[in-house]
Amino acid sequence: MKSITALLSALPGSVAQGLIWGVLAIGVYITYKVLDFADLTVDGSLGTGGAVAVMLITNGCPIPLALVVAFIAGCAAGFITGILNTMLGIPAILSGILTQLALYSINLDIMGKANAAVSVDKYDLLVSLRYIPQSIITGTIFIVAIALALYWFFGTEQGFTLRATGCNPNMARAQGINTKKSTVIGLVLGNGLVGLAGGLLAQYQGYSDVNMGRGAIVIGLAAIIIGEVLGELILGKRLNFIGRLLFTAVGAIIYFVVIQVVLWLGLSSQNTKLFSAITVAVFLAVPYLKAQSKTSFKRAAKRGVAEDAGA
Amino acid sequence: MLVLNDIRKTFNIGTINEKKALNGVTITLDDGDFVTIIGGNGAGKSTTLNAIAGVWPVDSGVIEINGKNITGLPEHKRAKFLGRVFQDPMTGTAATMEIQENLALAARRGESRGLRWGITKKEKDEYRELLKMLDLGLEDRMTSKVGLLSGGQRQALTLLMATLKKPELLLLDEHTAALDPKTAAKVLELSDKIIEENKLTAMMVTHNMHDAIRHGNRLIMMNKGRIIYDVKGEEKKNLTVDYLLQKFEEASGTAINNDRMLLSK
Repeated sequence: MKSITALLSALPGSVAQGLIWGVLAIGVYITYKVLDFADLTVDGSLGTGGAVAVMLITNGCPIPLALVVAFIAGCAAGFITGILNTMLGIPAILSGILTQLALYSINLDIMGKANAAVSVDKYDLLVSLRYIPQSIITGTIFIVAIALALYWFFGTEQGFTLRATGCNPNMARAQGINTKKSTVIGLVLGNGLVGLAGGLLAQYQGYSDVNMGRGAIVIGLAAIIIGEVLGELILGKRLNFIGRLLFTAVGAIIYFVVIQVVLWLGLSSQNTKLFSAITVAVFLAVPYLKAQSKTSFKRAAKRGVAEDAGA
Repeated sequence: MLVLNDIRKTFNIGTINEKKALNGVTITLDDGDFVTIIGGNGAGKSTTLNAIAGVWPVDSGVIEINGKNITGLPEHKRAKFLGRVFQDPMTGTAATMEIQENLALAARRGESRGLRWGITKKEKDEYRELLKMLDLGLEDRMTSKVGLLSGGQRQALTLLMATLKKPELLLLDEHTAALDPKTAAKVLELSDKIIEENKLTAMMVTHNMHDAIRHGNRLIMMNKGRIIYDVKGEEKKNLTVDYLLQKFEEASGTAINNDRMLLSK
């Protein structure tokens, strides 16, 4: 175990990283929570956003424009998943996996190799692990701006159609909503944000890598779940929409802080993904087990035995 | 108003579960008709409503509403003409959205939805007045999630939503079947009131023969995907449950096989 100061000095970096992954997590929130679509595209579209941004920046493209293109590239990935699901009848999870797999090749094609560097010394990057305080400020601005934009969007007629589609597609169609269209729009929007997150993450770590998106969906889900639990714990009530989005970003920060702490406690860095998977599995299982504990066959059997004995 | 011409639909064609659900349904509704539909299990009552709503395309036949041929339109495009209330109270509303948001969704049925606000201040005031009419206290809970409401409350809300923007045809698919008798009676009374006040054309599937006789101006009996009895006006008013049962046996050659219908006799 290293000294506590080593841990403390590493935490600001976790916060910056958490904010960038928070952008991804908000994207996942749109597909997973609003649309009720378990979208595995993100493992690919994060890398696509990173690859596109790095290649554009190193070829002289202004950084804001590179991020816009990274966003659009993510949108395109979501669009493909949406078409596979709604027009070609492929189940949601498989649609995402197919796009994700295809993107692995595409990301290699974009970079021409397995990874591509972008140095903060050569380019005026928006975020970088070499300048953590600035990165935290920039990350916060991105999160707040995105949360406000989505708060607006989901308050519009178009946003209503996405929410209705995710909640009750039968009702949505009876109200004249084209649920296929709104599913595609949701996937486009969600993956656009994931692409943007990829563009930011590549800048932050100084390179884009064909494997950078592996397990991204799990980190996104972890952030959503941690944020939800934490938000309700702190505020003592169910969160409203913007609160949920902001706490999703907070969840991402907590996730990276926790990872930093377990690394400090001695977990080897190659086991962080194992740790993440277990954490998310536990968080997803707890509500189910809680419900089960109230009404289960085992309990019914026990009660039956007790009553028999009493009779 | 509504014209169904020789509508046919077979499910699971070519499999062991092949089922001829609609076997040439032909009917013409006049403006302001309120038709109740009864029949045995699998007679094609709900299937007829689903054919009109466009849940799936029909195999053959033509569906027209006010002269417009809608046979080729998908469900969400037909919604423009139709108000619908379903048997399951969960089906008609979005549980995770607010009461007022559900109403706002319904108010835009058949309209293009853009980036204007999904609900306006002016609408909220209107909805409060309309909810008062339901007499369920929902006007004070407009920002509550619909998932918190009871089945009866949700069904009353769905009814309001279905008629918020006046539909050319209102489809009620056993919309009181899942409710307790008292709530069912209340929702049915509300349906009558809304249909009358707005002069709506409506079709109501029910398994309760008393309700089928008591409500509406026209009654249709279905069997094996066909209409076997169609009665309106004075003759309909004077119907009795026993006569309907007898009529069923005459027309179909068998006793009615709808247990729920017999139980409600």
